[in-house]
Amino acid sequence: MAFIEIKGLHKWFGSFHVLRGITEQVEQGEVLVICGPSGSGKSTLIRCVNRLEEYQKGTIHFDGRDIHDPGLDVNSLRAEIGIVFQQFNLYPHLTVLKNVTLAPIKVRGVPRAEAEENGLALLERVGIHDQAHKYPAELSGGQQQRVAIARALAMKPKAMLFDEPTSALDPEMINEVLNVMKDLARDGMTMLCVTHEMGFAREVADRVIFMDAGEVLEQAPPQEFFSNPKHERTKLFLKEIL
Amino acid sequence: MGYQFNWSLVLTGEYRDWLLDGFVLTLKISGIAGACALALGTLVAIMRLSRVKPLMWLSLSFTEFFRNTPLLVQIFFWYFGSEAFLPTYVNQWLYRQDFEFAAGTIALTVYSSAFIAEELRSGIFSIPKNQLEASRATGLNFLQAYRYVILPQAFRIVIPPLISQLLNLLKNSSLVMTIGVMELTYQARQVESFTFHGFEAFTVATLLYLAVSLTVSFIITMYNKHFLHQLRY
Repeated sequence: MAFIEIKGLHKWFGSFHVLRGITEQVEQGEVLVICGPSGSGKSTLIRCVNRLEEYQKGTIHFDGRDIHDPGLDVNSLRAEIGIVFQQFNLYPHLTVLKNVTLAPIKVRGVPRAEAEENGLALLERVGIHDQAHKYPAELSGGQQQRVAIARALAMKPKAMLFDEPTSALDPEMINEVLNVMKDLARDGMTMLCVTHEMGFAREVADRVIFMDAGEVLEQAPPQEFFSNPKHERTKLFLKEIL
Repeated sequence: MGYQFNWSLVLTGEYRDWLLDGFVLTLKISGIAGACALALGTLVAIMRLSRVKPLMWLSLSFTEFFRNTPLLVQIFFWYFGSEAFLPTYVNQWLYRQDFEFAAGTIALTVYSSAFIAEELRSGIFSIPKNQLEASRATGLNFLQAYRYVILPQAFRIVIPPLISQLLNLLKNSSLVMTIGVMELTYQARQVESFTFHGFEAFTVATLLYLAVSLTVSFIITMYNKHFLHQLRY
């Protein structure tokens, strides 16, 4: 069984059929880029993986466990999967360092000193250790998003989900976030990225999938995906965004 | 105008002591009722936000009932009516204590807690949904997410309106004079009936109320300047 295995996944928001039978496998260390027009269900799909969204049909296995198993503790599942949101969603009342150390201390029971040491190391890795004692509002968008990545990494996750991490950023800040993500990918992190950054996809993705109206229309390694898209809808989409 | 002002009458001696005793009792009843109302109000707000239907309904009826009836009626209700529904031994115990003070405190507590619960609830609602989502996504459970992420933000937002509720409580506490609690307004009235110098007595009372309110307002303003700026999303 693959590291993340999604089988026949269906989800409805009320009567709206947002995911229509998704089947995907992601191996450990694989970087999967998910693209597609807005409303195609790509964010919903990755949010199902850590159960921020519930689904009505199909199964998802993460690291060998059915994530919908009633005996599974959803909090410990989520602790193993980092997620980075479009809007950063940092805690505004806590300093950057405390944003990063909250979950390790409260969920994992890591001693504060150790959590802070690890947190500072992570902030250094994303290039903002000198801002550790500032509040999120004092940081630029790109810096906030890098803190959000450090916050997710602080739980030592086995996989990372990225939900359009650069869509809310000014153009000149996009690269500083993408560079952090590229480093992660090269270090062997399993990543599911919803993004329209095709340069990023070309450089580090192992596979690109294209979604439209709740279905995966096409999937291929990036070279093939960009040079020789098969589906008409994919061609149209790529023409629009490239 | 034949009225002769006599300030030294209320600023010295026995009458001054009456007013000061009243002031202390006002602070005491407001302080006790304020602390109890905060605790009860938090409980009522959390019940309202829980997903347990009976708790939600209980909280809703509590809030609407006590917010929408006059405080004076409620004070009389607790004072004259408690005999009818409290167990005899509780009543006997209360009578041995300072019964007026107890009834007044209960009335002020219950009335204020309904308003406090509403303030807290709206504070919690004003925190963006994605804060709960982001914290749950790191593995925090529901209570931890509330404890470390949602409530600290909600309290920062709610503290200014909460303090003004406590100031209302201070002012409302003057109504318990009607059941014979010898607080500041009661004492000012006493001074008036003994000396016929009501203007001076009530001026002193007014200034004392004003002093407390303005001090607290000043503290809120400083609080706003120093802490609220952090909460930008």
